[in-house]
Amino acid sequence: MPTHRYRTLLHATLLAAAVAFALPAQAGKRDNSVKLASNQVPESLDAYFNNVRVGVILAHHIWDTLVYRDPKTNEYKPSLATAWRWVNDTTLEFDLRRGVKFHNGEAFDADDVVHTLNFVSKPENKSTTQQNVNWIGSAEKVDQFKVRIKLKKPFPAALEYLAGPVVMYPNEYYAKVGPKGMSEKPVGSGPYMVSEHQPGRLVRMKRNPDYFKASPKPQPKIETLELRLIPDQNTQTAELMAGGLDWIFNVPPDQAQQLKGVPSLAVVAGETMRVVFFTMASDEKTPTPILKDVRVRKAIIHAINRQAMLKTVVGESARVIHTLCFPAQFGCTDEGAPRYAYDPAKAKALLAEAGHPNGFEIDLYAYRERPQTEAVIGYLRAVGIKANLRFMQYAAMRDAIREHKAGFAHQTWGSFSVNDVSASTPVYFKYLADDVTRDPEVRDLLDAGDTSVKAAVRQVAYKNALKKIAEEAYIVPMYSLPVYYAYSKDLQFQPYPDELPRFWEYRWK
Amino acid sequence: MLQYALKRAVLALLVALTVSLVCFLLVNLSTDVATAMAGEGATAETIDAIRKQYGFDRPLPVQYLEWLGRATFGDFGDSLYFRTPVAALVAERMPTTMILGAAAIGFALLLSIPLGVVAALRPNSWVDRLTLTIAVVGQAMPSFWFALLLMFLFGVTLKILPISGGDTWQHFILPSVALGYYATPAIMRLTRSGMLEVLESDYIRTARAKGLRNTSVLFKHALRNAVAPVVALAAVQLGFMLGGSVVIETVFALNGLGYLAWEAISHNDFPVVQAVVLLISLVYIVLTLLADVANAWLDPRIRIS
Repeated sequence: MPTHRYRTLLHATLLAAAVAFALPAQAGKRDNSVKLASNQVPESLDAYFNNVRVGVILAHHIWDTLVYRDPKTNEYKPSLATAWRWVNDTTLEFDLRRGVKFHNGEAFDADDVVHTLNFVSKPENKSTTQQNVNWIGSAEKVDQFKVRIKLKKPFPAALEYLAGPVVMYPNEYYAKVGPKGMSEKPVGSGPYMVSEHQPGRLVRMKRNPDYFKASPKPQPKIETLELRLIPDQNTQTAELMAGGLDWIFNVPPDQAQQLKGVPSLAVVAGETMRVVFFTMASDEKTPTPILKDVRVRKAIIHAINRQAMLKTVVGESARVIHTLCFPAQFGCTDEGAPRYAYDPAKAKALLAEAGHPNGFEIDLYAYRERPQTEAVIGYLRAVGIKANLRFMQYAAMRDAIREHKAGFAHQTWGSFSVNDVSASTPVYFKYLADDVTRDPEVRDLLDAGDTSVKAAVRQVAYKNALKKIAEEAYIVPMYSLPVYYAYSKDLQFQPYPDELPRFWEYRWK
Repeated sequence: MLQYALKRAVLALLVALTVSLVCFLLVNLSTDVATAMAGEGATAETIDAIRKQYGFDRPLPVQYLEWLGRATFGDFGDSLYFRTPVAALVAERMPTTMILGAAAIGFALLLSIPLGVVAALRPNSWVDRLTLTIAVVGQAMPSFWFALLLMFLFGVTLKILPISGGDTWQHFILPSVALGYYATPAIMRLTRSGMLEVLESDYIRTARAKGLRNTSVLFKHALRNAVAPVVALAAVQLGFMLGGSVVIETVFALNGLGYLAWEAISHNDFPVVQAVVLLISLVYIVLTLLADVANAWLDPRIRIS
């Protein structure tokens, strides 16, 4: 075949290949959409039947709450409710907003609040996030735009939950389709409506053009949000770099540093409410009796250089904590709590005093941030403690702890973004399934904080409980955890400590 | 031949039963099923009620036989995590895995057979060594690492192929290459040895003596006979690839059985784990059976021995 024909054939082949392999043009800024990704697959889109972070994010975009907490000022503002008042210690009354419509046209009124709360608070309906609803006794309709919520017992954090995870559903729709139908085709009143849901793969949301103007959430500017479920973090990074995604989060710190060098991307670290700590089982059923000795527990804390870990394996925007709560949470303080400085010599001395001059061996359970666990193992080894890493999925670790098989565990807790100590410390110290300490004094102090409606009383009770936990070194308090976000540079984005991106606020520059 | 096939079929059935038993025991002995179903924060009474309701208080052999009976008719219960019938989940995800498996084995054959032919034509030469190296690299490299390399080269740098998802046929190219490359050495070596044997046979000498063109001798006569056992091997490799699909589907976010298995393991969703393990094992057993029968049909010495 003559040369020019070969060349023509080659060009034609390449052109055909280019056309055949042509990828859909990257829209994003051009069509005012944002493509984001998550590596968690919620088992249900119904906000009460999943307990993963991406479920919380979707909930705030698809639905609204009675009350809205301003993330900048922490002030509670009217949302679906226009006013509220404590009738007594266990009754909250709400005046409801008129003129709000759900995505399917149903009008919002008291029946929606009553049906939603009475359904999700019943244990037999098996809401996945029991701690978000098990304080609700019942909801009663006073008139079409007034409801009363009766609490099982005084629970001052009720407003925080009603501003956070407790969203409102359309009663007629929910009664008809139930949690399964709500997951398949979510209907809410929020700034975004679900236009497509491919379970396990994709959730596409469109801006709600009829979103009520009086909402404290500003009117959304981005037209479409497309959430893709991509389990591998490296794949998410590759998609972001190739333009297939516009926003990702939970980027590992080492990858985040490398992504900073990509001109079209921005990377930012935001501190979150998620705190990192190690539980040390010291109750009667502990599988590691060595941890019953407070000197051993204190030695472990002294052995770990938390400040150094912030710089090397944790990331920017994080801070060391001294008590088991996130510093901005109501009731959280480290006032009076002892500080355990990094002091390997002191750690060894305490171990010797406790009868372990040559250290000991122990299993250490963990489920995430493996580099951090490995760093801690290194620090412990330096003082003679040989920690054997047992790395597993969260559910498996949680079961091992609850079955008293795991005595020493690397844990994190995000409090479901609830800005109140009642959502954090009591989970591990109020004789619930995850309490591996069982100190009655701590339990009673936390209970006093959880059930008083007087802010000052709550603060004192929590302070004393946190102080006791620190004095007894029941846990190893580590630090708050930052989350790295990587996104297209043209997207105006701001992180918040509650790990909740607010796409209704963002826009393309 | 029929007797041989029946004998292999009975053996395959026994293997399938053994796999089902191991699968059942692994799940039931590794966790308290009633506690897993009751969920977080359940009381002892609730767990007990579930134990009685689902018969988990009965002896394990009885539970196994009942589970096997239901599984035979495709009833694997409900997913604990997704709260939908497992059979529906599996049916939804199966086509993606089948497409991926077929594409991967197709790629493996497309790569391995030419490599094997080239190696056979130049035995013990640098060409032979090079083709073997190309094939062995596929087996030595972890599939997820290779997958990421492909992703970054073709998806990020060159931007000519999609990175993740399964919406179009282009989405299956990189995953097929990543998954299929692993099977290359075995198929290549079998092709090479088959070609070497065939090229020395009398009928090939006769074909050459008759003056047939080299390409005709190679492709019409030699390759056709050399590659027959490769088909049987490919069937077995396909079954093996189904197991490897867990990693590849997760990396490429392909919504297939492998990804479902990863999700189920992450969430202690034991009914789904049981179903996926059993299903993939059965497919592998059937493919192995077909490979045995095909081999015996091609080479009568096998069924006589």
